[in-house]
Amino acid sequence: MLTEANKTLAVAGIKDGTVIDHITSGMALKIVDLLKLNQLEKQLTLGLNLPSKTTALKDIIKISNRVITEPEANQIAIFAPNATINIIKDFEVIQKYQVSLPATITAILKCPNPRCVTNHEKMSSFFYIKQRHPSAHLQCKYCRKTFTQANT
Amino acid sequence: MTLTFAKRDIIAVNDFSKAEILQILEHTQILKSHPRPDLLKGKILGSCFFEASTRTRISFETAMQRLGGTVVGFADASATSTRKGESLADTMRMMENYADIIVMRHPLEGAAQHAADVVSIPVINAGDGSNQHPTQTFLDLFTIQETQGKLDGLHIALGGDLKYGRTVHSLAQAFVHFNPRFYFISPPLLELPKEICDELREKGVKFSFHKCVEEVIEKLDILYMTRIQEERFAHKMEYDSVKNAFSIALDHLKKVKPNFKILHPLPRNHEIDTSVDNSPHAGYFQQAENGLYVRQALLSLVLGGV
Repeated sequence: MLTEANKTLAVAGIKDGTVIDHITSGMALKIVDLLKLNQLEKQLTLGLNLPSKTTALKDIIKISNRVITEPEANQIAIFAPNATINIIKDFEVIQKYQVSLPATITAILKCPNPRCVTNHEKMSSFFYIKQRHPSAHLQCKYCRKTFTQANT
Repeated sequence: MTLTFAKRDIIAVNDFSKAEILQILEHTQILKSHPRPDLLKGKILGSCFFEASTRTRISFETAMQRLGGTVVGFADASATSTRKGESLADTMRMMENYADIIVMRHPLEGAAQHAADVVSIPVINAGDGSNQHPTQTFLDLFTIQETQGKLDGLHIALGGDLKYGRTVHSLAQAFVHFNPRFYFISPPLLELPKEICDELREKGVKFSFHKCVEEVIEKLDILYMTRIQEERFAHKMEYDSVKNAFSIALDHLKKVKPNFKILHPLPRNHEIDTSVDNSPHAGYFQQAENGLYVRQALLSLVLGGV
């Protein structure tokens, strides 16, 4: 049901599904690709570079009729550490939580070390999260080198 | 407490606790003192050297044979199906059919870990690019313990190429268990990487930086020298100007401590003059010999022959 509040939203509200809010500006398309959201055959609405109360700008993704799981949500934390997940039912938020970095990250990041075996063989990358704040530090399982979030 | 290493991969020294390191050294001493020519009889070592290495490869193959085992494998990637485009994983899976344990050297960093992930038999890393060379570190530790009678509280200088030298990185990391006082002696562009210095600082290890060996040699128990490669410098003149500051000759040894030892992973260039070789302070040949016993210890611990 459309409400007065919905009429003022930059991105239209959804009846049921998931809203990923407070995505770091510029990261929405990366997250769509990471979670393969465009292959779901569900309605997908994106807002890019929207004004935010907490940061200068943000992106937002709204996925109709699809609830993403917590492990899926935490995979995006490396790209959008402040993102919040809102589960929507009948236009109401029934669950809300902030993403958190998992203990390990597999496949979605490329090791910045050009001499790492993961950049030369058909295999997935694998990183341990060594530090979370103020910025994430990741250690490659294979070459053992540690990188900051900015390097990846 | 006896720890078990059966079927364990040996990829990096940082994977081992202090107790485990000490047990490896203890087992090395046992095998050095009491050879066991039949300990690994019937076992086969898969020697997979994708990158040429005479010393390490011969050391491992001799270690296996002197324990009664046999060796299959290759000394060069051009002898394998790698040149046909075969993946590293497939090459390792092939070797797994024939061997009980794999020892490998590969130019890519992390290659040994990748091999360990795809096969069910143990993998020992004999060097993966500029990343790790754990058996070198174990033999360095063993030699230091053997010559000093202990590992705790030593004054140790690491000299030469500290930026690209994997042996000094690994030795510095291993020594965090043993409360050392480090002295780092290198040309300005070849200093120990910041990440390792940060790691040492976090673990409360004291260290300092120096321009030449003479500044600290009288305080030292161990001087660990590494080769400075000319190709690291843009100009030969620059290399020539630094190489002598990081070399040691008999003249330097006049006021050293009686227990002072010089170590080097070899091969050496200008950094240790041959005049030092017959001095009681030359420890590098003993160090090279100890490679055999340390590798025997690791093979036997991992294959369960203890």
